[in-house]
Amino acid sequence: MITDRLLRVLILADYNTRVVMFGTVMLGVAGGVVGVFLLLRRRALLADAVSHAALPGVAAAFMLIMAFGGNPRSLPLLLLGALVSGLLGMGCVLFISRFTRLSQDAALGIVLSVFFGFGIVLLGIIQRMRGAPAAGLNSFIYGRTASMIRSDALLIGTAALVVLVLTVVLFKEFRLFTFDPGFAAGDGWPVQRLDALLMTLVVSVTVIGLQAVGIILVIAILVLPPATARFWTDRLSVLVLLSALIGATGAYVGTALSASIPRMPAGAAIVVSHGALFVLSMLFGTVRGIVHELFARRRLARTTLKQNLLRALYECEEAGDVHSAETQWTYLMHTRGWSIRELKHAVRLLRLDQAVYRSPEGQWLFTESGRVQAARVTRNHRLWEVYLLEHADTATAHVDQGADFIEHVLGDALVAELEKAVPRFGKVVPNSVHVIGTRGKRA
Amino acid sequence: MMWTALDTWIVVAAVLAGATCAMIGSFLVLKKVSMMGDAISHAVLPGIAVAFIITGSRSGPAMLIGAAVVGVLTAVLVHVIHHYSRLEEGASMGVVFTVLFAIGLILIERAAHHVDIHPEHVLFGAVELVPLHLISVFGFGVPRGVILLAFVLLINLSVVTLLFKELRLATFDPELATTLGINATMIHYLLMVLVAMTTVAAFEVVGSILVIAMLIVPGATAWLLTRRLLPFLIVSVAVSVVAAVLGHIAAITVPPLFGYVDTSTAGSMATVLGILFFGALLFAPEQGVVARAIDALRLRLSIGSQDALGLLARAAENTESQTGSLSAAELRGVHRSPFAGHRLKLAAILAFLRVKGSVVFRGGRYHTTERGSEQGREILRSHRLWEQFFFDDGKVRISELHPAADVLEHYTNNDLREDLSERFAGKRTDPQGRPIPGED
Repeated sequence: MITDRLLRVLILADYNTRVVMFGTVMLGVAGGVVGVFLLLRRRALLADAVSHAALPGVAAAFMLIMAFGGNPRSLPLLLLGALVSGLLGMGCVLFISRFTRLSQDAALGIVLSVFFGFGIVLLGIIQRMRGAPAAGLNSFIYGRTASMIRSDALLIGTAALVVLVLTVVLFKEFRLFTFDPGFAAGDGWPVQRLDALLMTLVVSVTVIGLQAVGIILVIAILVLPPATARFWTDRLSVLVLLSALIGATGAYVGTALSASIPRMPAGAAIVVSHGALFVLSMLFGTVRGIVHELFARRRLARTTLKQNLLRALYECEEAGDVHSAETQWTYLMHTRGWSIRELKHAVRLLRLDQAVYRSPEGQWLFTESGRVQAARVTRNHRLWEVYLLEHADTATAHVDQGADFIEHVLGDALVAELEKAVPRFGKVVPNSVHVIGTRGKRA
Repeated sequence: MMWTALDTWIVVAAVLAGATCAMIGSFLVLKKVSMMGDAISHAVLPGIAVAFIITGSRSGPAMLIGAAVVGVLTAVLVHVIHHYSRLEEGASMGVVFTVLFAIGLILIERAAHHVDIHPEHVLFGAVELVPLHLISVFGFGVPRGVILLAFVLLINLSVVTLLFKELRLATFDPELATTLGINATMIHYLLMVLVAMTTVAAFEVVGSILVIAMLIVPGATAWLLTRRLLPFLIVSVAVSVVAAVLGHIAAITVPPLFGYVDTSTAGSMATVLGILFFGALLFAPEQGVVARAIDALRLRLSIGSQDALGLLARAAENTESQTGSLSAAELRGVHRSPFAGHRLKLAAILAFLRVKGSVVFRGGRYHTTERGSEQGREILRSHRLWEQFFFDDGKVRISELHPAADVLEHYTNNDLREDLSERFAGKRTDPQGRPIPGED
C-alpha cells in the first residue's frame, strides 16, 4: 500500500505531487547553493535567528490583511511580512553584537527567542479572533507542503531561480570575499555591499522555505547540504554543485516520504533525509569521512611499523651483528624497545610482503627485494638526519628522533629535494651520524 | 479581567521556570555558549518523545533522565562533528539540533494517538493547562508541573551553591581551573545536563523556544548591568521573575485594550523579557547606549570648548591684551582652526561657553571673561609644553609638532602639566619661541 503510493509519488504520477515536488526541490537547490557561502562565512546560526524572527512578520501581515479585508492566505503578502521582520531581526543581531560586550551567540539567542515569543503573542491573538482561518499560519511553524498550490510553487521556484542566477553571476566575487574578506577589501571590491547582498539572499531563501520546511527547521536546508558536501570535496565550485545536488536529493526523498506515509510532516521528513545523507557522508566521505581517516591512520601505522623493523634489521646486518634465532628477538626488543606483540606483528607484515624469510636456523633474514627496501628506508632516515644536522642546526643526539617521525611520510619528490640539499652522498646509503641502538627507547 | 486561583498557579509556575532557567542560563551567557541552550532545548524533543512512548505517561523522573542523556548526547555530537568535519561550532549545532528535532517531531506525530502531547505545546508551552494536573501534597492540590520545576530549581540551586567556586573558575578561565585540579570538561558536561533537565521541566510551562528566552535573555540583561558573578546571578534571576509576573498580567490585560480577548502567556513573557533587555541596552548606567552617547557628547563639548578658548587665548596673546576677542567668522577662519567648515558645531559650543560664563557676546564678537581667559591660558600652556616635549624628547620636526599637541592638550590634567613643566624647568618659550603661559 505504502510502497505503491511511494512509487506513484517518486515517478511524479500526480499533478499535485509534481507541483509540490517542484517547489521543494527548487528550494533544496537554492538552500544548498546559498548555504555554502553562509557556512564559509561562519554564520550558520544567523539563518536560524532570521527564520524565527520571521514569525511576528507573518502574523502581523496576516492581521493587517484581515483588517483590510484581503485574503489572509495570500502567500506573497505573508512572505513579504516575513522578509521585513526577518531583516529587522538580523539588524537587531548586528546591532546588539556591535554595541554591547555580548557575544554574537548571545545576540542570536536573544533575537531568536524574543521575536518568536512576540510572534506567539500575535498568533495567540489571531487564534482567539472570530472567523480568522488561523490554521494556515501554524503550517509556517512546522512546515506543511499539502497546502502548497501551483502559484506558491511557482513563487518559490522563481525566487530560487533568482537566487541561483545571482550566485552564478557573482560566483567569483563571493568566492574571493568569503575566503579572504580583508584581501578583497584591500583589492577594492565592494565587500560590504557583497556581504549585504549575500545576507539578503540568505534571508530570501529562509523566507521562501518557511512554508515547506517551517520556521524551526528551515535552517537545516541551508546548513546540512553544504556540511554534507564538505565530506567529499575541498574545491569551492565542486562544493557548490554537490551541495545543490544534495539539497535537491534530500528535498525529493523527504517530500516523497511525506506524501506517501500518513502523519509524516514534510519539513521533518526533508530534514531527516538530509540528516541521513549527512551521516552517510560523515562516515564514508572521501575527504574527511571517518572511515577514510581511520583507514589512512591504520595504513600509516602499519607502514611505520614495517619500515622501523626493516631499518633495525638493516642496521644489524650493516654492523655485522650476527644473531642466532634465540638472541635476534631479544636483541631487537632490547635495543628498539618493542613489545613481543609489536615485533610479531611487524614480522608477519614483512613476511606477507616477502621482504623477509626465516632461515633454516630460525633467524629472520632479508629477501632480495627486502634488502633493497630496507636500504632505501635507512637511506631516507639518514639523509633526513644529515639534513637536520646541517640545515636545521639540530643537535646530534636529537636527529634520530626527528627523522623517526618524518622518514615514513617522505615522498619521492621530497627525497629528491633532500638529495639536492645534501648532494655528496649520491645514491649510496650514508653512514649513520650517531651510534646505533643505544637509545634503548622505541625506534 | 478576573484574577483566579488558576492565574496564581500560572504565575507560580512561570516564576519557578524563569528563576531556574535564568540561574543556569547565566553560565551559558558567561561561557559564550548561549546557542548551546538553543541546541539542547530543541534536541531534547526526541528524548521526551521516547520517554513518553516507553513509559506511556508524563512521568517526571523518566523525563529528567531522558533529558540528561540527550543533553550530554547533543554536546558530544556537536563536539564530534565539529572535530571531524572541521565545521564551525555553530554549524555543527545546526546540524545536530535540526536533525534531532525533526526526528522528535516525526515520533510525536506518528505516536500522537496514544500519547497526549501536542506538537504545538512543544513550542509554545501550555502554561494555561498547568493547574489542571493536580497532585496532593500535605492535603493541598499542587500542580504536577510546579512540583517538577521546584525540584529542578532545588537541584540547580544546590549545584550552584556547592560548586560556586568551581563553576566560576571553569566559566571564566578553564585553563586555570584545569591547572588547579578542577575538571573543566566535567563541569561543562554537568552544565549541559542541568540545562537539559531545566529545559524539560520548563517545557510544559513555556515551550521549547521560550525556554531559550528564559535561559539567555536574563543573563544577557544582567551582563549589561553588572560585572561581578554573584550580583550577576541575582540580577539575572530577578529579571526573569519580574518578566514572568508582568508577562502573565500583560497577556490578560493588554490585548483587551485593543479589542482582542487575551493571548499566550509564554509568548508574552518572552516579549517582556525582550523589553527589559532593550531597556537595559538603552539605559544601563555604564554600558547603555544612552549613557555612552552622553559620555561621547560631553567629551566632544569639552574638547570643542577647549579648542575655542585656546583660539581666543592666542588672539589675546597677539593683541597683547588680557582678554581674547574674536568674531564667529574669525574663529572659523584662523589658521588651522578646528572649526573650519563647522558653523553649527561652533555655534553650539559658543552657546555652551556663554552658559558656563567663560565668554560673553558683545558687539558681534566673543570676549573671554576672566575665567575663560584663565582656562584658555591653561590649554595654551598644555599645548606648548607638549610641543616642547615632542621637540626635545621626540625629535619631531617643528612643522609637525602642532597636530599631536593639539590632540594631547585635551587629555592633560594639572598633575601631568606640572610634570611636563618640571622637565623643562627654566624654559619659558616653546620651540617656535612663543611664550609658555604660566612660566613667566
